[in-house]
Amino acid sequence: MEVIRQSGGKPPDDFRIRQLRARDMLVGDLQDSELEGYVEERLLFTTFEKAANWARSNALFPATFGLACCAIEMMSMVGARADIARFGFEVFRASPRQADMLILSGRISIKMAPVIRRLYEQMLEPKWVIAMGACSSSMGVFNNYAITPADKFLPVDVHIPGCPPRPEALMHGILRLRSKVQANPPEGWRARYGGEGTEEVVEAEQEAHAENVPGGDTYSD
Amino acid sequence: MPDATGLELLAQEIGDRREGAVRSTVFFRDHAALFVDPPALRDALCFLRDRGYRFLSSVHGVDYWPEEPRLGVHYELLDMDRVDRISVKVRVPIAEPDVDSVVDLWATADHQEREVYDMFGVVFRGHPDLRRILMPEDYEGFPQRRDFPIGGEPVMFTHNERDMSYIE
Repeated sequence: MEVIRQSGGKPPDDFRIRQLRARDMLVGDLQDSELEGYVEERLLFTTFEKAANWARSNALFPATFGLACCAIEMMSMVGARADIARFGFEVFRASPRQADMLILSGRISIKMAPVIRRLYEQMLEPKWVIAMGACSSSMGVFNNYAITPADKFLPVDVHIPGCPPRPEALMHGILRLRSKVQANPPEGWRARYGGEGTEEVVEAEQEAHAENVPGGDTYSD
Repeated sequence: MPDATGLELLAQEIGDRREGAVRSTVFFRDHAALFVDPPALRDALCFLRDRGYRFLSSVHGVDYWPEEPRLGVHYELLDMDRVDRISVKVRVPIAEPDVDSVVDLWATADHQEREVYDMFGVVFRGHPDLRRILMPEDYEGFPQRRDFPIGGEPVMFTHNERDMSYIE
């Protein structure tokens, strides 16, 4: 959502005039076109979707749901040091019915996967999923017969790498999710860090691929 | 621990009760182990239980691949009065992985035998409720066997990022 603020600390030039007009309206002196102008000056127009997404994205309630060691980092994110409450994500709801965001914090065994799927389906729309740590993204060090990655059974919005990710990393992931909810997805990592030219693919291969993969490694909304 | 001589004496007594019951004895790093013929397993465990090894502290499975017979079940017995331990081991071939259950001797063997069945596919004859305990009930295969595929999920690195189908 775009909010244009007036620059500088001093009040605008017409401040005194507006003050007087406001007083005039209160005594019934302001009429018709002058009244219209008064209202227009004080209203901010946007689309309903933008306003709703702005409200949603600044208060994503995570579900109280920890899977493994990453959950410890997730818990410490609420604490005084990281303090996710600054951004409005600190209200861990104990019921999936009240939660907006499911943080998959740890390894997911194939016996747990149906349970998580059920929790996800119990959450009310709109809902988002964060795969936290290596295990829930690519099975990490527990890459064995009992573990499954989250992508196999859930639509994951944000993957956070790390083993486990630090609370700051999780916070960064949640802020990325926030910008995604506001329909302003971040660019690919190469664009973000100026990493063009670091591809380990030979030129000819790259050209052959360019026909199949429009947009390369930066994705657009 | 029974010392090496004590282990041989125990093996002798078990062998006297049943011909060929003890296949070999191993005394390694102060730990005594008896390799027992599978049909004589219950008999040997009963004998040791009456000798004071009344606590079955662990039942676990082993895959000895590539040696034959491949599968093994180890019983760790503990004498709580003398603080004395002894291992009893059996080996069964993978084609016929049948071992007698000891649930009626030690109730604690119930879940542990189920776990060995779950992970190694050893079938315990006479177990009251032999089904999977850790893996899902419809899981195929026995994941702790050495020939079970390790599995894995393709992970995106910089060298293969363009081959991964989910990049848009």
